[in-house]
Amino acid sequence: MLSLGVSLLSLARFQFAMTTVFHFFFVPFSIGLGFIVAIMETIYAVKKDEIYKKMAQFWGKIFLLSFAVGIVTGIIQEFQFGMNWSNYSRFMGDIFGAPLAIEALLAFFLESTFIGVWMFTWDRFKPGIHALFIWLTSIGTMLSAIWILAANSFMQHPTGFIINPQTHRAEMSSFAEVVSNPQLWKVFPHLILGAFCTGAFVVVGMSAWGLWRKQKDGVFFKKSMRFGLWIGLIAAIGVVAAGDLQTQEIVKDQPMKFAATEGEYKDTGSPASWKIVATFDTKNHKTTHEISVPYMLSLLTYHKTTGSVKGMNTLNKELKQKFDNNKSKSIRNIKNYYVPVNTLFWSFRFMAGFGFLMILVSILGLIWTRPSKNTITDKRWFLLVLGLMIWVPFLANTSGWLITELGRYPWIVYGLYTIADAVSPSTTVGQLIFSNIVYFLLFSILGGVMIYYARQTLHKGLDGIAGPSATDNVAINSDPFSKEAFN
Amino acid sequence: MSALQFIWFLLICVLFVGFFFLEGFDFGVGMASGIIARTEEEKSVMLDIIGPHWMVNETWLVTAGGAMFASFPMWYASLFSGYYIMFLLVLVGLIIRGVSFEFANHAETSRGRNFWYNTFVLGSLLAPLMLCIIFFSMIQGVPINAKGDLNLGFFDIINWLSLVGGIAGVLMSLIHGLNYVRLNTTGILRERAENLNRFLYPILFVGEVVFALLVFFQTDFFKEKFVSSLIITLLIVVMSLIGAWGVYKDHEGWSLVGSGLSLSFVVILIFNGLFPRVMIATNPAHDILIKDASSSPTALKVMTIVVCILLPIVLIYFIWSYLIFTKRTPSHKKVMD
Repeated sequence: MLSLGVSLLSLARFQFAMTTVFHFFFVPFSIGLGFIVAIMETIYAVKKDEIYKKMAQFWGKIFLLSFAVGIVTGIIQEFQFGMNWSNYSRFMGDIFGAPLAIEALLAFFLESTFIGVWMFTWDRFKPGIHALFIWLTSIGTMLSAIWILAANSFMQHPTGFIINPQTHRAEMSSFAEVVSNPQLWKVFPHLILGAFCTGAFVVVGMSAWGLWRKQKDGVFFKKSMRFGLWIGLIAAIGVVAAGDLQTQEIVKDQPMKFAATEGEYKDTGSPASWKIVATFDTKNHKTTHEISVPYMLSLLTYHKTTGSVKGMNTLNKELKQKFDNNKSKSIRNIKNYYVPVNTLFWSFRFMAGFGFLMILVSILGLIWTRPSKNTITDKRWFLLVLGLMIWVPFLANTSGWLITELGRYPWIVYGLYTIADAVSPSTTVGQLIFSNIVYFLLFSILGGVMIYYARQTLHKGLDGIAGPSATDNVAINSDPFSKEAFN
Repeated sequence: MSALQFIWFLLICVLFVGFFFLEGFDFGVGMASGIIARTEEEKSVMLDIIGPHWMVNETWLVTAGGAMFASFPMWYASLFSGYYIMFLLVLVGLIIRGVSFEFANHAETSRGRNFWYNTFVLGSLLAPLMLCIIFFSMIQGVPINAKGDLNLGFFDIINWLSLVGGIAGVLMSLIHGLNYVRLNTTGILRERAENLNRFLYPILFVGEVVFALLVFFQTDFFKEKFVSSLIITLLIVVMSLIGAWGVYKDHEGWSLVGSGLSLSFVVILIFNGLFPRVMIATNPAHDILIKDASSSPTALKVMTIVVCILLPIVLIYFIWSYLIFTKRTPSHKKVMD
């Protein structure tokens, strides 16, 4: 087990982090861009303005790229619960499997059927009908998010289950409770709006690069950019608001996660001040340096100027007490319940900071692209900023994901089952090193190729959207079972 | 074993049948594109004829995996962790072929396109080969401990039955794919597909006999369930005969049905032989049985209601999506630039 100084558990955890983080670049990307393309095509269907058709087709090409990488990396997620976390699957299959299977039936079939139809039928259906196909695809991607979050929310805040005393497994007692998990309905708006931000800023950023290169498609990119900025602004304001709602839930359900994102080791006084930056001594559980704003934490947490927040040291003691009499030996043996504070603290600041940055940039962009005085192309520096904004939502999404998942350490199912217990006992360190290397290489190549082709599509501009689809095939009608079919 | 447990065992079987019938020809078209498509133009046609469908076909596997997780978590956990490297290779295959469709469309140079055409061929071979090796290794009885964890040695995975089964599965997919090409193209590709199938069917019949003998000696299928195993084995051969007849008599539709059903009956043979187990252990005391492997009655009930509502709807639009693409693509289509 200890060959090379790495354990099975740490390798499995690293692999899970790598595969989900990579997959989660493409999930919000596809959800957001699919939604935006659907709106573009709907406007085309209503107004019959060709430029919106071009927009739907051009951004549709980028959407298809992200969808392809998203779908293949998604299959890994489904299999790896069994492959790497077989004990978890046994413990949780009763509850975790159901949302996953429903996701496949309800969402995957919908999106994968209609994306295929949408891709290949531009010239075969009326614009309104064809727009319906991209809507069905887009709705599929969102439904898929709901069910994955339902499964994940149970891991954050288990509801609607009993522990079977004979088998020591979690069993579903109420499906309604699993689905109405308060975590789910707080996290879903946050995630979906974050996805819209991602799609919007990909459109904005890529349009900015298009304008930067002074392409002949200037009008097209200006229009796309303004479109993206509006969606970006609305979604970014929404994502901050939804994040605030979600925080209220986390303070209640997972105070340790919350304390770590705020870097509070000791209980704060009332009113509590908010740390802008801080450094931590994680060994001795102390904050070493900090710059903070008075009142701010009380305001952020409780929306009033008073109120204290429990620190990690207190919470650790409380959790220890709570689980001292637990029947499971491995849970009793947990030494402490501290979560990776540095990662959580900084992830939160990245995420929130980027949220506000997106709002600011959207407002500036909308001012400078307004129809009466569209001076965006004169401001080269701002085009550069917009171009770099492509990466911002991705970083914000990943930060949010890290907070969610690392913040429940050492639990895989909060309060019920530990990460250490969940790993597959029959896999070996060698197998995991091999799979880690394979995934790493695959992801590097896929990510690189995807960016390369997206860039190339951008440089080609509107010339590229005639596209190598089936549209230029001369097709012959035939009934496969008739004699005439073979001429 | 409760009625719901039995229904879910059947349903998992149905999902795998659906997967092999549908994705079987996708894999086959992929492999065939490395054999019968010589020009870039022809390769592009091969990609296009399954372009609208491959994703939804693959969803059958995703659904089968998800349904297995939901209804038989013990089976899902043991199988997937036990065959770790094999499933990793399946995933690698699915990934490199899955991206090849979109990446080949975006590639601008001939070299770039060829690279993705090649990953398409390779992935389409790797995934079914590994899946079939897993299945045919699994049914021979493997070392399982009391907790349900597999401890597989190399020869538990790679042996005569799993190799012959793997190759037979690949061959059947290839033939199935060629039948799909015959149905969906006109011109040179259709001719080559037909010629290749005229050559492959005799090989397949020899392979099926060897395969049947190995199943007879290496598994307990014929000892435990002689009649049903025999009938299903015969049906595999009969369906292949129908497929071959369709090739020689130029009935593409029947060929596709025949090759698809012969693959389906291979899956049914496995599930019939497994019953009432889901995993067969070398030590019979450690067999994982349907009645022990399943989720709780509540979870199964919820899932059953969900399936009864959703499956008919899914099937309607799934079939519709095939019906709108019933046109043949000529082998000489225009390629971009």
